[in-house]
Amino acid sequence: MLELSIKELVKKYPFVIEFFEQNRLDIKGFEEKSFEEFLSCLDEDELEDKAIDIRGLKNELLSYIEQMKEFLGISDGQVNSLTILSGKYKDGKAEPFEKLEIRKSEIISIVGPTGSGKSRLLADIEWAAQGDTPTGRTILINNKPADPKWRYSPNNKLVAQLSQNMNFVMDVSAGEFIKLHAQSRMISDPEKISQEILQAANKLAGESFSSDTPITGLSGGQSRALMIADTAILSASPIVLIDEIENAGIDRKKALKLLVSKDKIVLMATHDPLLALMADKRIVIKNGGIHKIITTTKEEKELCIKLEKVDSVMQRARQSLRMGNALNDEVFFE
Amino acid sequence: MNLIIVSGPPSSGKTSIILKAIKAFKNQGRSVGVVKFDCLYTDDDKLYEQSGVPVKKGLSGALCPDHFFASNIEDVVKWGEKNNLDLLITESAGLCNRCSPYLADVKGICVIDNLSGINTPKKIGPMLKSADIVVITKGDIVSQAEREVFSARVSAVNPKAMVLHVNGLSGQGAYELSQLLYDENQNITSVQGMKLRFPMPSAMCSYCLGETRIGESYQLGNTKKMDWGD
Ligand SMILES: Nc1nc2c(ncn2[C@@H]2O[C@H](COP(=O)(O)OP(=O)(O)O)[C@@H](O)[C@H]2O)c(=O)[nH]1
Ligand SMILES: Nc1ncnc2c1ncn2[C@@H]1O[C@H](COP(=O)(O)OP(=O)(O)O)[C@@H](O)[C@H]1O
Ligand SMILES: [Mg+2]
Ligand SMILES: [Mg+2]
Repeated sequence: MLELSIKELVKKYPFVIEFFEQNRLDIKGFEEKSFEEFLSCLDEDELEDKAIDIRGLKNELLSYIEQMKEFLGISDGQVNSLTILSGKYKDGKAEPFEKLEIRKSEIISIVGPTGSGKSRLLADIEWAAQGDTPTGRTILINNKPADPKWRYSPNNKLVAQLSQNMNFVMDVSAGEFIKLHAQSRMISDPEKISQEILQAANKLAGESFSSDTPITGLSGGQSRALMIADTAILSASPIVLIDEIENAGIDRKKALKLLVSKDKIVLMATHDPLLALMADKRIVIKNGGIHKIITTTKEEKELCIKLEKVDSVMQRARQSLRMGNALNDEVFFE
Repeated sequence: MNLIIVSGPPSSGKTSIILKAIKAFKNQGRSVGVVKFDCLYTDDDKLYEQSGVPVKKGLSGALCPDHFFASNIEDVVKWGEKNNLDLLITESAGLCNRCSPYLADVKGICVIDNLSGINTPKKIGPMLKSADIVVITKGDIVSQAEREVFSARVSAVNPKAMVLHVNGLSGQGAYELSQLLYDENQNITSVQGMKLRFPMPSAMCSYCLGETRIGESYQLGNTKKMDWGD
């Protein structure tokens, strides 16, 4: 494919522009030449100056094209099920279950005291463990051992994580931010998807924000809402892990619904009863092991609705405060 | 003995992830030692000492740190052999983004962090571009989107590298990193005759040789002027 002229190459694989850009290769004026011809025209002093080693570049370009082709090919969620085969507790005893199969659009919560091994379980999944982590667990994807490429390829990530601390560090507006993300994912219509995400985010956040709002200026709730919407809609990863997410200021139920409506598998470690009961099942971790797997009962689901009411009282009180109102008993009634 | 060369911008999390990996290696019963290279000052040796592994430090002082590394790495390997290490790790801060300490036949790890900004991969040069493994840290403080944009840029610069996310604080990913670092079949007893992956600048100018005065007439050897476009 390297006999193509740079122009043809860009036409066929638009993403190679990113390769030239990130490697500081200025191809302007060389569009009609092949990549190798372009390299042979570069001045040696200039290369030393810019610390560019052209020997490897040809192969790197080929690897990059292969990687991106593969990435673009598999991105549309091929994961139907995730299976955890049992391992052992911290003391080496075998876990008391054989396997747990989780299907797409299912929500699983993970509960247990601090230090019990909740994050370790999430890490086992992220790493697609094959009996090679301290827990000895094995993770199957679609009933088969996970392809090792999930592990190291920066693009084919099996798992997206919602971070615990939700800060943004980039200095861009919410709209630009989503567009940047869409570009890195080679989405064909960044404008459209950016609007979809902002809309979804505004449904999750208590206070609305626009596409021009700088992301560093978003409130905690708004940032979380934007991140959840973005992860649901734009992230390629079919599995979403949530590790003790802070959840003030967002509509948790809608957030989880949004994630699973995009066919994601959601696992969340949490101490929040409302979140735990929203899940279809919950995994109880004790001393490093999966101690119990509880299916959320009808009674618990009903209790969950009551808890939501309590929660919404708090939300209304918060909202009322924010509006500068005096608080009174009215927050308890609608 | 396994030898691993870790490099990366200051404060990117090198020491943190090495310490977490050391913990994993200890659980696997492997003996690890660390040699820390820096310019003027470092406290990292104390941290390594606290974790109970043999450690040495080398301060380059008046010399270019990467040149200093190249001139000392053979002795570093001898020290590791003498201490019967299974695994010797060197940590050096990439200070000017122009050079990299990697040797052709030794595993080279570049540590960069999500907070350093999305244009960092482009700026770093050989330290990132010629690494075998790129470890990205501080994923806990940015969004999934920022992590994805950042690692997409890393792989545009270095498509051949394995890219791993490790949290330097919680250690998430460090066990996995330790699995990647150690290779049963590698046995390095000397680095004599090995080559740097990327040549260091050949230039020498008056200021390399101790000149302190500013001005055209004091500048001998290899000088380079900015292009003012007129
Ligand atoms: N939040 C967060 N902080 C980190 C992480 N890794 C390292 N740090 C912090 O970043 C700072 C610099 O880390 P250090 O390991 O000394 O960097 P080095 O100069 O590259 O060796 C320290 O304060 C670490 O605690 C991480 O994954 N997340
Ligand atoms: N089954 C296990 N065997 C060995 N170590 C384990 C096991 N499960 C967890 N650990 C270790 O226990 C520590 C605490 O676990 P962690 O997942 O951080 O707890 P939590 O997230 O519930 O607070 C970690 O160092 C983890 O690697
Ligand atoms: Mg945890
Ligand atoms: Mg350090």
